[in-house]
Amino acid sequence: MIQRQEELPGKLIAVEGLDGSGKSTQIHLVHQWLKSKGYRVFFTEWNSSSLVKEATRKGKKRQLLTPTTFSLIHATDFADRYERQMLPLLRAGFIVLCDRYMFTSFARDGVRGCDQVWLRKMYGFARVPDITFFFRLPLEVALGRILEGRPQLKYFEAGMDLGLSQDITESFRIFQGRVLDQYLRMAEEYGFTVLDATLSVHTQQKLVRRIIQERIDLALYHKRFVQ
Amino acid sequence: MSPQTFYHIPPPGVDPSKLTGALIVLEGPDSSGRSTHIGLLRQWLEEQGYAVAQVGLKRSNLVAAELEKAKQGNILSPRTLSLFYATDFYDQLENQIVPALRAGFVVLADRYIYTLMVRDIVRGGEPDWVESIYSMAPVPDAVFYLMISSKTLVDRTFQAHAELDYWESGMDCGLGRDWFGSFLRYQRKIRQEFVRMQRKYGFDVVNGNRTIAALDADLKGRIQQVLARKEKG
Repeated sequence: MIQRQEELPGKLIAVEGLDGSGKSTQIHLVHQWLKSKGYRVFFTEWNSSSLVKEATRKGKKRQLLTPTTFSLIHATDFADRYERQMLPLLRAGFIVLCDRYMFTSFARDGVRGCDQVWLRKMYGFARVPDITFFFRLPLEVALGRILEGRPQLKYFEAGMDLGLSQDITESFRIFQGRVLDQYLRMAEEYGFTVLDATLSVHTQQKLVRRIIQERIDLALYHKRFVQ
Repeated sequence: MSPQTFYHIPPPGVDPSKLTGALIVLEGPDSSGRSTHIGLLRQWLEEQGYAVAQVGLKRSNLVAAELEKAKQGNILSPRTLSLFYATDFYDQLENQIVPALRAGFVVLADRYIYTLMVRDIVRGGEPDWVESIYSMAPVPDAVFYLMISSKTLVDRTFQAHAELDYWESGMDCGLGRDWFGSFLRYQRKIRQEFVRMQRKYGFDVVNGNRTIAALDADLKGRIQQVLARKEKG
């Protein structure tokens, strides 16, 4: 399914993992680190394009979304950010950091019953990242972090649209368990770099930075002097 | 009536064996008379005792307003716009077309996935990608493409609006600065792509240059056969 892709001057780094896995913290720290060192770097996150956001918000609030439209609306958001920002920046030689990438759709929408072939073809225009960090956490630990810190679960986040359970917490548990299975199935296929997310934030960040330095020649990404 | 088939597979949660209605699609450019004929067909079908539902493009509760805004601003990349249209299409498919088919209605669609695919492909979309997006659509029982000549199209368009629509003229496609010339070139490209698609999807090309009454009679004759065939199973 993975096709050979054209070499671009930029590098694409994505983080994936369950809610509560700490991936956003880790990519934030990577962003700060690369910025402070004066590298050309850009950060983007899942479901954040301004135009699509309004429709997503409305759809979620009124629970208008089916698995198919839920998936399509996120793909629309992704395409908007990809074609407007990510791809031009990669062509211009930036390091592009993504908090969640198409694998989030493959995992979540897959659990919702969307066909994997359909999903993968839809995202067929997107590059496979140079590095995809997957922050692996045992299900119970991930659930504990979320359920303890933020007990107000949202409808779609908890997979309530799947009718797994009337109880939102129970639905969240089942949904996250299935999402984790989907991620683990993709890990080998897409060559995820799997990190143990039970380690301390600092230890993980040191590992992440070391891996980035090993795999990317950062010297190439210093900001050029522009008058 | 016999159940619907889908191009690839149905969307999650849709059971094709439960879809007993009929899906009839009219395709064709603006001013080709689609809505006039759909109105006439609806009345005729209802007289014969068929329950009718009408659907079109860009009418979903979910994203129709945002799509309209995006078109005004012309700020989306072609791929983003096509995915936005696909969202609109599937929202209507799952919330209007499928429930109506399940209830045994005759669904009259004022344009369908073919217009959406043709528009994308004319703008450089990869045909495989575009087709895969719409592969969860039900295969209609009949598709009529109202083919009209450029001359008729121009006459009818100016009679109705006295100006050319930006998108229907393909002004975003860089076909030229002259609006009228761009309109003709764009419509020709669309027509060519429809003809190519016709070979693949096998829909009926009907001559749309005729009078309303002549075309109406033709369409009704064809639809009568489709419905009779369906009822026999």
